[in-house]
Amino acid sequence: MLLLKLAIRNITHAGLRTWLNVIVLSFVFVSIVLTEGIYDGMSEQIRDSEIDSNVGGGQFWQKSYDPFDPFSLEMSHSEIPADLKNEILSGNATAVLIVSASIFPINQVQSVQLKGIDPDQITVNLPSSFLKNHIDSNSIPGFIGSRMAKSSGLQAGDYVSARWRNVKGTFDAGDIKIIKVIDIVAPLSDRDQIWVPLERLRDMMQAPEQATIIIVEKDKTNIHSNSRDWIFKDQDFLLRDLNENISRKKIYSTFLYFILIGIALLAVFDTQVLSIFKRRKEIGTLMALGMTKWSVIILFAIEGCLTGILAFIVGSLYGVPILYFLAKKGIVLPQMILQSQFALGLTLYPKYGLRIYIVTGLILFISVIIISFLPTRRITKLKPTDALKGK
Amino acid sequence: MTDSHIIKVNNLFKDYAMGKQFFRALTDITFSINEGEFCGFVGPSGSGKTTLLNIIGALDNPTRGDVFVMKKSVNSLGHKDAAKLRNESIGFIFQTYNLLPVYTVFENVEFPLLLLKKDKTERERAVMQALEWVGLSDKAHSRPNQLSGGESQRVAVARAMVKLPKIVIADEPTANLDSANSHNILKTMENLNQELKTTFIFATHDEKVIKYLHRKIVLNDGKVIDDINLN
Repeated sequence: MLLLKLAIRNITHAGLRTWLNVIVLSFVFVSIVLTEGIYDGMSEQIRDSEIDSNVGGGQFWQKSYDPFDPFSLEMSHSEIPADLKNEILSGNATAVLIVSASIFPINQVQSVQLKGIDPDQITVNLPSSFLKNHIDSNSIPGFIGSRMAKSSGLQAGDYVSARWRNVKGTFDAGDIKIIKVIDIVAPLSDRDQIWVPLERLRDMMQAPEQATIIIVEKDKTNIHSNSRDWIFKDQDFLLRDLNENISRKKIYSTFLYFILIGIALLAVFDTQVLSIFKRRKEIGTLMALGMTKWSVIILFAIEGCLTGILAFIVGSLYGVPILYFLAKKGIVLPQMILQSQFALGLTLYPKYGLRIYIVTGLILFISVIIISFLPTRRITKLKPTDALKGK
Repeated sequence: MTDSHIIKVNNLFKDYAMGKQFFRALTDITFSINEGEFCGFVGPSGSGKTTLLNIIGALDNPTRGDVFVMKKSVNSLGHKDAAKLRNESIGFIFQTYNLLPVYTVFENVEFPLLLLKKDKTERERAVMQALEWVGLSDKAHSRPNQLSGGESQRVAVARAMVKLPKIVIADEPTANLDSANSHNILKTMENLNQELKTTFIFATHDEKVIKYLHRKIVLNDGKVIDDINLN
């Protein structure tokens, strides 16, 4: 109790020395929580965006469909079975027809996928309604994402020639009018893709009532089909690559987490070593006044711990409002983020759990205790007579 | 060792390792000090005064010989017992004051009483009394960096005296002070010695201090060459 009282007195009276330590530690603490929050928020946002604009509550795939085999696309569409048709009519799902095509923008050829979608659908978060009001029957209306616009050089209002093969294997061609370039958050719905009206694409393909995939409304994961030609792929399957990618990134985030903690501990260790070096005369005086070596060691270790506790409190005082503000208002990201491989919008909302706050606080606190104690062991080797001389 | 001997030193040797060799700081020292004496070790720099003082203060161990402080053999004291002896019975005054820089004057003087686990009322009473002895009651809430050298040393005297120790050890207490301050400090210590019968032991080569001593033990090259009673 006496040592605690003395330690409190020492650190409260030490002024700038204490506050510098506390500020560094608290800054690291808040930074760790913010970094983890940004990472967790980003992961959740990417996952949500993929679900909203691409994955839905799962997808029925035409049995031949393989997204990694573009040559199989020609065979991977068929008539939608009656039970799934009913779900589409009920608004629980939407059909997408996917067709390989070549476009010829600015004297070059580019392989793309034409994706037919119902302009009235509300299953996925894509602005398909833009496709409704096109009255020019000589061209096919289409919208593209900003990534596709960048890679093809196409802009809103541009016409681009497209060539495709219909179900009979005959090449056909037409002009697509880009009626809108939009920021599509999910890259899987953007890169090398042109979205066109479903019925128009069916006509172009001579494939009435046909589709390649059927995306289920995200809250309706219990839709079944009796058709053997249509296989349900759940969210776990469809998000597997993304989840693996996120897990890989989590390793970097954990690495960063420990680097930040390491910086904090280095600061504490350095301060303690410096403190013991600078306070040798004080240590000698304490011993001359009757303190044992171990009492001095414990006193210094308690001072380190109190610095950790103070850093947690100070960090919470200024950190919680900042973290709360960022979680509510979000962090505005540069426009270039839309070109990235992640389905991340222009605003990132960090997400913090109580767990990360408490665990980070505890890890930092325990580490500070250990790291405060280590340099103080030097005191046991210190002779009081040398310490009194400041040696 | 008679009952009036508060310190008894017999055939004391102190060696310091210097690489593979040894430097002998004290050679065959023998003397005793009675309770209530106002005495000092006198001699030039390097004569062994501070070494002897440190051994008596249980801050250092003898290489050979016996040192008894209040009938306790310093040689056989472990870290804990040595700390206990210093805490309970010995007050220290240093050349450079050694005040704890982050504490106020009051807290510096209070510190030895905290270690003795005295209650708050007793601490406050004793601290104010000690500050009164040294004439610094009005500086109780000042910090060491706000004090002059003379005031700092008076705080150190108050800190040494506050627990009413049997022995006060003062190592060159006036080395950093001017004549007027030295005189004040020494007068204060002499008064406390007479009033409280505390044994004062100095290490000094300062003539101002020597003038106040009632007994001087003269050291040269680690040996006692004279022991003069000045009364």
